Amino acid sequence: MDPIEAKPLPLLEAKNIVKYFGAITALGGVNFHVDAGEVLGVVGDNGAGKSTLMKILSGLYTPSEGELVFQGRPVHFSSPKEARLLGIEMVYQDFALAGNMPIYENIYLGREPGRKFGPLRIVDHERSRAMAREHLDRLKISVKSIDQQTENLSGGQRQAVAIARATAFDAKLVIMDEPTAALAIKEVGKVLDLIRSLKEHGVAVIVISHRMDDIFYCCDRVMALFQGTNFADAKLADTNRNEVIGWIMGTKNHTEGLAHDRVH
Amino acid sequence: MTASTSTLYHPKIAHFMETYGIVLIVLVMMAILAVIKPDVFLSAENLTNILKQNASLALLALGMLVVIVTGGIDLSVGSTMALAMVCIAMASRVGVPWPICLLIGPVVGLAVGWANGIGLTWLKLPHPFIMTLGTLNIGRGLTYLLTGGAPVSGLQPELRYLGVSYWGLGIFNPPAGLPVSLVVVAISAVLLWLFLNRTSTGRHIYAIGGNPHAARVSGVNVDRVLTAVYMICGFFAGLAGLLLVGRTGSGFPNAGIGIELDAIAAVIIGGASFFGGRGTVLGVLAGVLIMGLLRNGLNINNVSAFWQMILIGFVIIIAVYIDVVRRKAAIRT
Repeated sequence: MDPIEAKPLPLLEAKNIVKYFGAITALGGVNFHVDAGEVLGVVGDNGAGKSTLMKILSGLYTPSEGELVFQGRPVHFSSPKEARLLGIEMVYQDFALAGNMPIYENIYLGREPGRKFGPLRIVDHERSRAMAREHLDRLKISVKSIDQQTENLSGGQRQAVAIARATAFDAKLVIMDEPTAALAIKEVGKVLDLIRSLKEHGVAVIVISHRMDDIFYCCDRVMALFQGTNFADAKLADTNRNEVIGWIMGTKNHTEGLAHDRVH
Repeated sequence: MTASTSTLYHPKIAHFMETYGIVLIVLVMMAILAVIKPDVFLSAENLTNILKQNASLALLALGMLVVIVTGGIDLSVGSTMALAMVCIAMASRVGVPWPICLLIGPVVGLAVGWANGIGLTWLKLPHPFIMTLGTLNIGRGLTYLLTGGAPVSGLQPELRYLGVSYWGLGIFNPPAGLPVSLVVVAISAVLLWLFLNRTSTGRHIYAIGGNPHAARVSGVNVDRVLTAVYMICGFFAGLAGLLLVGRTGSGFPNAGIGIELDAIAAVIIGGASFFGGRGTVLGVLAGVLIMGLLRNGLNINNVSAFWQMILIGFVIIIAVYIDVVRRKAAIRT
């Protein structure tokens, strides 16, 4: 890349991403980028392609066409493991935790600290516990005990554990799919504050949400998907709720009348 | 970060009861039998016998535990054990040196387990019940084909050592002593415990049982782990065959018909969840002992074998019901 160029390199850039499932076109050419330390909100109606796009970014799906560029280099992920190696992590809507296992093991699942011993890796449970404590402290997440099984936690606590897992190893980009959809109302604020604190740690976050309150509370920029393409995007300061709601429905020149929260 | 403090929930105590509660039941059963028939039950011969008779079942149940923890099931272990037995016996009869014969059992088991894993992960058969039901029949059919349905005798004495010998240790008089088969079970149990609790693969097995999706997105190669799991189960079935062929002195093709259900029962009585994610090595050993003690206790009290089946049926139902009640009480206190 040309060093003279004034704009800094985006952390992740998607170029003309297309995804087919058989005869169905889920994504018909999506272009977007996210910068380091930026919180990007992604909105769109059901079936607009949000989840498909995020699964491509996190390595769960491979795109049919198009290119992902991470820190200036084209990348191809054939599994979530490869995306995670570069620091791209996903927090799933259902948290994707093993409920039968303690908090600390969930945080380091698949990346357990320990020593290689032939084909096996001997897990250092004490170090894992210590690392988990330290990491949760850093994120200001408090739990009764890191030995608690995650099935005994509330929705907000599970979400916090899922976020802790995503950020356990130097994450550069965390993708969150509907982070507040499964939470009690009093827990939503905590999770949104957690997203803001990730930004303060220099982590870029992509937040998919249906809730305008979430988007306008914690995002820097918002992008709307409509029928499998990127329809519009703007800095948060340059737009408003009604305009974004209009984008979700595929209209650019919104009118007040389209606002869903207005009583007619 | 706060440690568990004033609330009702004590993970350590809950964990202790979940791990060791079952051992209390074994001890209570032993105490009851010791009170009813002290001279017979507590004799060294009888205790030796219980351990020796249940060694093969214990190995099958240990293998079954690993499968059940992933939320799967392996119906083929009885057939695999019989196939291993006749292969060992036939190899021994045609003069294959005994150190090689020793390996045949586990190798046959690993091969069947690999086939089960392939059926599950490559063919993507919908549930391990299907694939292992297939290999149950294939294995048993092979066993009959190889032997023509007749037992194969003529085992080299070295091959019988693990299954039949015991160490007097200067304390016991024959036919009592520490059975070598018990030592095999104990070593297997310790190694399996270390594997399940101290290695990353062992932890991934529990994670797959708890939430396969979570394991997959955490970078666990679920298909590879599952194949390994069925191979471990097959390995233990082959080892169980090695012990049983030693104990009985012949490879009989009818061995172990229906024993997979005993192995499943022992795992379930031992507190493992049939839906995966939960289960301990200690629980399985206790489950095997509970079934063994029940049978032995009824035998030495001259209760018919038909009643034994009925009672074991009730024990399975009661054991799981207790678990249901306990878990209901434990949720979010």
